Amino acid sequence: MSEEFKVEIVNPEKSFLVKDDVSEVVVPAFEGEMGILKDHISIISFLKPGIIRILSKSGDENYYVEDGIVEFKNNNLSILTSTIFNLADMDKSKQQDLLKQAEEEANRTDINDQSKYLADQKVEVLKTLN
Amino acid sequence: MASLDDLKKRIASVKSTQKITKAMKMVAAAKLRRAQESAEKGRPYSEKMNNVILNLSNGISDKENAPKLLSGTGQEKTHLCVVMTSDRGLCGGFNSNIIKKSKSYFAKILDEGKELKIITVGSKGNDQLKRVYGDKIIENISFKESKNANYFDADKVGKMVIEKFEAGEFDVCTIFYNQFKNVITQIPQAQQIIPLNNEGEENSSEESYEFEPDEDEILSNLLPKNISTQIFKAMLENSASEQGSRMSAMDNATRNAGEMVDKLTIEYNRSRQAAITKELIEIISGAESL
Repeated sequence: MSEEFKVEIVNPEKSFLVKDDVSEVVVPAFEGEMGILKDHISIISFLKPGIIRILSKSGDENYYVEDGIVEFKNNNLSILTSTIFNLADMDKSKQQDLLKQAEEEANRTDINDQSKYLADQKVEVLKTLN
Repeated sequence: MASLDDLKKRIASVKSTQKITKAMKMVAAAKLRRAQESAEKGRPYSEKMNNVILNLSNGISDKENAPKLLSGTGQEKTHLCVVMTSDRGLCGGFNSNIIKKSKSYFAKILDEGKELKIITVGSKGNDQLKRVYGDKIIENISFKESKNANYFDADKVGKMVIEKFEAGEFDVCTIFYNQFKNVITQIPQAQQIIPLNNEGEENSSEESYEFEPDEDEILSNLLPKNISTQIFKAMLENSASEQGSRMSAMDNATRNAGEMVDKLTIEYNRSRQAAITKELIEIISGAESL
């Protein structure tokens, strides 16, 4: 029996990625990283800024996301996100841009604790990409 | 009867108008393809979002304490209407259809003695509504600078709506937009987004989900996003509808101009011939009288 399942990433503009030979996906869920394998129980969770790792036969892929929702059901993983970047396409300047934006956001004082936490997360993740 | 010179000028002017409408039609056709594509591509996101929320709200244990965005404030006193129109004219009945639909809705609300607040998106809607409902319009947003509908703009509108909701400024929110069916048919839609309307969409799957963190927290995080998503969907549908509507309107205009040119040309030729005949008669009768 194969150990593969289907993953679909959609953003508001289009269906970003569809892959059906995925063996494992690691998502930055709100309460910590979560690895999803085949026949995982149905789950809904949301994402914090971080890296999505997709492991498949045809090669591994890494994506940077800032927010989103994951839904896993019947061996279908759907990830809904409004901001996603393929790390392979992300160059230094792009990353610096995002980092600068995130830092600005984190330094604002008029935001609530949760947005502050999310902004800090962004900064942290983007720094590790260096 | 108009003189020959007048007719000639008239024909030239109609011809140049025809050229303009023809060009506009072709531009609209090219834009339509792109807008239609992005409207279709955007559908999976809003559908999936809807599904997740449906599953969540079915699984929610304690309906009393459900987030207000889902269950409403418990009263229906103040209605907020977001009327989405285009920023440009010359697109047939596109804007007036939305306005007509929303006006009948406004009349109903005011008849019931409820309070009405309006946000207009797009300057054309504002122009048409401010004459009658000027005092009800609390905000006017226009995205003239953005070339295509993008999520960022929709998010701005969504955040504003949520802010007003949390400040207790309204109880029910409805958005008005044109749904794109095909090039010649666009259906004006009124969609209630707060509180979320799940009528008739009972999901039969009794699948139990695991939630992390718990349902309430996910829901309260998800619902604001859903508002922006729904608005974004409406914007995409609207932009496809606008181009479709403009294309068919310009197509009609081009055809009408063609017909007019034909008619004017016949008239021109006729009066030219009449003038020639008249001259001939004058010459002949002048010669005969000698």
